[in-house]
Amino acid sequence: MVPISYYLVLSAILFSLGVVGFLIKRNLITLFMSIELMLNAVNLAFVAFAWQWKSLNGQVFVFFVMVVAAAEAAVGLAIIIAVFRTRETLNVDRVNLLKL
Amino acid sequence: MDPVATPYFFYGLSAVAVLSAVGVIMRRNPVHSAIALIFTLLSLAGLYLMLYAPFVAGVQIILYVGGIVVLFLFVIMLINIERMQREYQFNKQWLVGLLAAAALGALFVAVYVKGQSIFPQHAVRFPEQLNTQQVGKMLYVDYLLPFEIASLLLLVAIVGAVVMAKKRI
Repeated sequence: MVPISYYLVLSAILFSLGVVGFLIKRNLITLFMSIELMLNAVNLAFVAFAWQWKSLNGQVFVFFVMVVAAAEAAVGLAIIIAVFRTRETLNVDRVNLLKL
Repeated sequence: MDPVATPYFFYGLSAVAVLSAVGVIMRRNPVHSAIALIFTLLSLAGLYLMLYAPFVAGVQIILYVGGIVVLFLFVIMLINIERMQREYQFNKQWLVGLLAAAALGALFVAVYVKGQSIFPQHAVRFPEQLNTQQVGKMLYVDYLLPFEIASLLLLVAIVGAVVMAKKRI
């Protein structure tokens, strides 16, 4: 039986990797992927705690986190398409004006 | 029945998860990043199965791998990837990024070391067959209002995505 602390350490590693990716990448799409990585790390922590305390509240929370992630991905990718159409780039360093 | 060799499954799945997460953030090509993200999500689904959460594992595969990553790939297909690859993929903040990650990791380790006593070593075990029914019951009884709000949020997201991706608004 694997103790819960292993799962929490794995979740921490994944979250830190997501943070690093968010900070060092320039491409908008890979920034989004880093955000998904962080959300998944949090989901893993939720499920691990739900297993630890034999309560399903954590799993229901994971469901809601996934709903929010889906909505965020849909709207965010639409914004990415709009940004690319107007600016012809996805480099976040060059997307620095709200209005062209 | 007792599960067999669970530590090996855990180590294998977490190795796949961490390595492909490194792939997500280190590859230059966004398509490669998306494929690596698929592997991370699949191994996390395996970990959810190990944690007696089959509903969450199924939703993870259907929604994340089948929905969100496919959406990512569609968007990568819609934009001009050749021009995008000629741009620099990494910015100059890698030092700050490493410092932030190290600080965050130190924080997590500190929390783990300080709070180790509150995590018991052996957990209780769920009955395996009732998970989805129980989650559904909780969603419709205890979490009815958040569930409805989530449906409204998804409606707003659908309309917003269509409006924002249109050629002219």
